[in-house]
Amino acid sequence: MERGTQRTHQDHQSQEVHHHHSHAPHQAHPGGHHLLQVEGLTVSFRMYEDAPAGGLRAFLNAPQRTVDVVHDLSISVHAGEVVAVVGASGSGKTLLADSILGLFEPNALVTGTIWYNGERQTAEGLRALRGRGISFVPQSVACLDPLMRVGKQVRGFRHAGGRAEAEARARRQRELFARYGLGPEVERLYPFQLSGGMARRVLLCCALMDAPQLIIADEPTPGLNEELALQAVQDLRDFANGGGGVMLITHDVELALRVADRIAVFQDGTVVEETSVAAFASPEGLRHPFTRALWRALPEHGFAAPVEEGVHA
Amino acid sequence: MPRFIAGNLAKFALLMAATSFVVFFLVSASPVDPLSANVGQAALANLSDERRVALEAHWGAGVPFWERYGAWISGLAQGDLGTSLRFNAPVADVIAQRALNSCALMAIAWVASGVFGFVLGVAAGARRGSKLDRAVKAYCFILAASPTFWVALIMLIVFGVGLGWFPIGFSQPIGRAAADVTFLDALHHLALPAFTLSLVGVANIALHTREKTIDVMASPYVRFALARGESKLSVILHHGLRNLALPAITIQFAQVSEIFGGSVLVEQVFSYPGLGQAAVTAGIGGDAALLAGIALVSAVIVFGGNLTANVVYGLVDPQIRKGAHHA
Repeated sequence: MERGTQRTHQDHQSQEVHHHHSHAPHQAHPGGHHLLQVEGLTVSFRMYEDAPAGGLRAFLNAPQRTVDVVHDLSISVHAGEVVAVVGASGSGKTLLADSILGLFEPNALVTGTIWYNGERQTAEGLRALRGRGISFVPQSVACLDPLMRVGKQVRGFRHAGGRAEAEARARRQRELFARYGLGPEVERLYPFQLSGGMARRVLLCCALMDAPQLIIADEPTPGLNEELALQAVQDLRDFANGGGGVMLITHDVELALRVADRIAVFQDGTVVEETSVAAFASPEGLRHPFTRALWRALPEHGFAAPVEEGVHA
Repeated sequence: MPRFIAGNLAKFALLMAATSFVVFFLVSASPVDPLSANVGQAALANLSDERRVALEAHWGAGVPFWERYGAWISGLAQGDLGTSLRFNAPVADVIAQRALNSCALMAIAWVASGVFGFVLGVAAGARRGSKLDRAVKAYCFILAASPTFWVALIMLIVFGVGLGWFPIGFSQPIGRAAADVTFLDALHHLALPAFTLSLVGVANIALHTREKTIDVMASPYVRFALARGESKLSVILHHGLRNLALPAITIQFAQVSEIFGGSVLVEQVFSYPGLGQAAVTAGIGGDAALLAGIALVSAVIVFGGNLTANVVYGLVDPQIRKGAHHA
């Protein structure tokens, strides 16, 4: 808090590097208002060592160890911007989303600080923000209840029971469906009857239903063709242009560069560089060797696969 | 649809044929002969040779297996299940009279174990690792590991003999005319066997439901519902029960055979005059016709249970109802 919002509000634009990230001079960063700020996030799991030989006693006293999956990660999202978290699949990016949503596994140890709208959050605080400020757009249709009609699911079960509120939510759901080109018949479908493009829009409607300030989208594009994938991220861009913040978690650097304002490069459980999209114009603008390797791997730069030695140099 | 019906009819006929054949084969292969089983030991020793031959002829002791089975099958085709050797009455009458007792017992146990098992399983699975979960698990493991007849004996010792709350056996008070037996009397005699059977049945259902609940709670759609700000209770009520209904239906109807098997043991311990007890009597007495009759009836019940599960599953699951061809 102390070194958070207060000071940065006045000289935010002037500082080139602050909160571990940099801005480009011409970059959209309206108001300088930090919607979400994550600092020093570490997620580790307690697990048992392989059971040593030596019978029941040794089995029961098997030593535990903690494994860091995310360590000392910092990232921030401002109102009105799209921040893309890019990195290889399976590198722990999803744990970042889980941590912000307060969805922890029972054996996870989480340390670090998360601010939302300038307020430092506890685990309960994050839980209370789910669907009430922060909304989540998941990856696939598997995140919908297979036995419930889509319309009912999008409306959700958040209304405290009031008939008027239930009707208001139904109206909002129909408006959202109309806005995203989902016909009224889609309401009556079950998730398995949705096409990939429809499922993607339905999942976005789930998030928008609760009128969030921040959307966390975890790999919203796999399985979609290029046109649909582009549309998916464009919808998120539009949300940000309307004043919301978006954290787009993806492995697709190209797609990220097309819609995001800033890119957070994720490697081995942490953000190694958080920089503006403009910095990707040339490798000189990029500080970290892994980011440069990513740059070289882009199609227009010759698809050079990241070289491991270079990455860790 | 016609294909579904024809297929199930064929399966049913095959099941009936196989069941009756196996029962007849086992009875004829067993060392129990009707004579020694049905005539007292002392009487048997003093039996004159002519009487013995006459009785053997009366009970058809020497008739070859195929001939007996053939005669029984042709009788069955005309709706005649034969005559019980042991009860000296038509098999159909014996079964009808006892089925009433058994059905009441099994229906109560089936419903009670289904309801309590489901509730306990969901509660334990939703709060995995909690004290409640550990208590439910301990109860289930102990019950699942205990032989049914042993649990029945314990119940009898504690509630029948020790506390004297319930009668120690039979379906009505001893020494009272059948006409004077009230509904409450019947219920009083039914209570302990039904409770025992339910107690044992709960373990199976609760453990299955608990596993399914754990799966559902770890599913992407439950995590997403939580991420949308739904409370855990709301998630269980709206998504959990809906998705647990299908496995629960399957388990519940599969449980029909378990309950039937358990009723044989429980009826024996409580001297409760039901189908199960009659089956034991028939088996020990070499009463092939009665045993085959009871086996057919139980096969019908179990088959009916499984078939109902299949049909209900299709009605409840939209992916089957609407014919999902793509995943």
